[in-house]
Amino acid sequence: MADTAVDVHRGEPHGHDDHHHGPQGLLKYLWSTDHKIIAMQYLFTGMAMAVIGGYMAYVFRMQLAFPGISVPGFGQVSPGEYNSLVTNHGSIMIFWVAMPVLIAAFGNYLIPLMIGADDMVFPRINRLSYQIFLLSALILLASFFVRGGGFGGAWTAYPPLSAVGSYNQTQIGATMWLIAVALEFVAFLLGGINFITTLMNSRAPGMKAYDIPLVCWMIVIASILFMLSVGPLIAGAVMLLFDQTLGTGFYDPARGGDPVLWQHLFWFFGHPEVYVVLLPAIGITIEVIATFARKKIFGYKLVLYTTVATGVLSFFVWAHHQFVAGIDPRMANVFTITTLLISVPIAELLFVIIATLYGGSIRLTTPMLWALAFVAEFLIGGVTGIYLGASGADIYFHDTYFVLAHFHYTFFPIAIVGTFCAFTYWFPKMFGKMMNDTLGKIHFWGTIIPFNFIFIPLFVLGIGGQHRRIYNYQHFPELAGPGMYRLREVATISLLIMLAFQLVFFYNCITSWMKGARAGRNPWKANTLEWTTESPPPHGNWPPDQMPNVYRGPYEYGHPDREEDYWPQHQPT
Amino acid sequence: MAHAKPLATLRSATGIPTGRLAVWWVLASEVVIFGGLLGSYLMHRIGHPEWAEAAAHTQTWIGALNTFVLLTSSFTAVLAHQAAEKGNGKEAAKLLGFTILGAITFLIVKSFEWANEISHGYTITANTFWSFYYTAAGLHALHVIAGAIIMGVVAVDAYRGRELHRVELIGIYWHFVDVVWIFLFPLLYIAK
Repeated sequence: MADTAVDVHRGEPHGHDDHHHGPQGLLKYLWSTDHKIIAMQYLFTGMAMAVIGGYMAYVFRMQLAFPGISVPGFGQVSPGEYNSLVTNHGSIMIFWVAMPVLIAAFGNYLIPLMIGADDMVFPRINRLSYQIFLLSALILLASFFVRGGGFGGAWTAYPPLSAVGSYNQTQIGATMWLIAVALEFVAFLLGGINFITTLMNSRAPGMKAYDIPLVCWMIVIASILFMLSVGPLIAGAVMLLFDQTLGTGFYDPARGGDPVLWQHLFWFFGHPEVYVVLLPAIGITIEVIATFARKKIFGYKLVLYTTVATGVLSFFVWAHHQFVAGIDPRMANVFTITTLLISVPIAELLFVIIATLYGGSIRLTTPMLWALAFVAEFLIGGVTGIYLGASGADIYFHDTYFVLAHFHYTFFPIAIVGTFCAFTYWFPKMFGKMMNDTLGKIHFWGTIIPFNFIFIPLFVLGIGGQHRRIYNYQHFPELAGPGMYRLREVATISLLIMLAFQLVFFYNCITSWMKGARAGRNPWKANTLEWTTESPPPHGNWPPDQMPNVYRGPYEYGHPDREEDYWPQHQPT
Repeated sequence: MAHAKPLATLRSATGIPTGRLAVWWVLASEVVIFGGLLGSYLMHRIGHPEWAEAAAHTQTWIGALNTFVLLTSSFTAVLAHQAAEKGNGKEAAKLLGFTILGAITFLIVKSFEWANEISHGYTITANTFWSFYYTAAGLHALHVIAGAIIMGVVAVDAYRGRELHRVELIGIYWHFVDVVWIFLFPLLYIAK
């Protein structure tokens, strides 16, 4: 049995190995319980969904800037299709890109490697988690092809629009969307339980709580947040499903229900969800910053406690999404205060990162550029959140493009910048090759500059009163002036440029994977345990007799008593 | 397909067995699901005193009978745990069998109760009280069914003397199913 444990995927993708008893050939990639393969499954599924979500953004941005044109690669966009595109763009990017890539893919890949374990504690539940996730993705994609098309009631699915088929015009699509989202939650609950118990129980000998790399903490705290916030929405989703299919009236005020109930249940999940994806991205940034600033993280415990505080606070801010939904103004005051309060721990995290950079010997590699960009861009997202958290200002800004731009200034750094940061940093470990740094930097600037040119105009449009979820602004004379259309065109053309630069990334991935320089075990001279094994790590991560022990924290860079500027966690003193 | 047990599954940095830890986390996630549903129900119930009229049509004595059945089945689950601790797999399997019997009794009673209510016109769409009634009790019944199936698997293993620690884990889950019912019974039946 030992041979299965070591050489299932040591060789090249099509390598055959006659004496192991596990599944063979392609099946071993589809049916593996190895955490690294499951991570890859999540990563590649998430990236494929990102391409689909990006394509949707391209189609509806074209319609917004050039209303009525026949969009190349899609054709003319009808109002119904437009609703379906914006709804599913949002759903896909959050539930099928940010969650699977940041939490499931990097959580699966990094947690066992960084804590010195050979796998998750429940490898088969891990496999089941991915399979349910894949099923959910397929159901969502299938919903585009049913009668009426994909769900068109916005990704927040407010009833009565989402509950009544004759309102959203996509009765079958709405139910399939709901089932897909529910299955996706099940997949992440299974994955989350795995992450939490693995981190709690399977750490390498000697690894104490404060020796755990922060990204592992962040992913696990995010999993706990997800688990504790998603329950009410699952209950709410069951009620919505019954409203859609059986004709109950949970959200129908005429029959004793209440549509605002859904908003409470949705945002009780929806706001912690922001932190569910933010925390892994911040964790990734912290790892990368420590490595490339060659400096110990400023205040490890501070970061950890701050993160826990953020998590606790995140359960008490949800109603800031509902300031105009008719909630009690006294309630709105309370939620304004909690919302403004939560910017304190987040600001603290950013200050910790800046303090870590101060006096470090900074190396501007591609992953480091992404990490710095995360801090800079997320800052804009965070600061504009202050306007929306204050109920007085929000009444004006609510449901305008200001909200949309604010949202994208938080989620783009999280889901896209964070992912590229992690991907370029751990690519040598995952595939054993170095990425081309020049191409990496071209891709970086080609993504970051257009990103700002997409969303800064949308802030301006939002302040100018441009309402969200409008198919064609020509129908609104005060929003159809040439000035506003110029800004829409700037945003759309910047999007086209940004999407084009993603080709550089895919080209870089493929050529680096095929012809890149060998990475070796520790190309970045980093301290954490994943860099002590081969790249890519074998099944079981380390040979059974060489499982690492831990002697110190993960960020001992530039120690004065040492010749080298780093001090790996596994080296005995 | 044979699997070598990963080393990760054998470690226990907290000193708590991994399986038990995971079951508690599962329960944490379940608590918020039922918490969200019952919280929504409570808020509505407070806002709609007229639901008392609908609630008067629930059969409190049937709910009480089912409470008794579930509590008894939890008792045999505890005895099964005790037997498993002593390494007596056959005894544990037999006692788990009694618990499964309790689950089946619970479901049979429930189906007669529901059939009777539906035949009197109190369907899930009759009004929002009945919607909550069927949704909450139905979600709970799904947990009863899932628990009974898993218990069957655990009992078969235990009978052969394998994976005896799982008897405790399914017991923890079963107590949770019990506790949820303890909340549902007064909220749906007793409160008129």
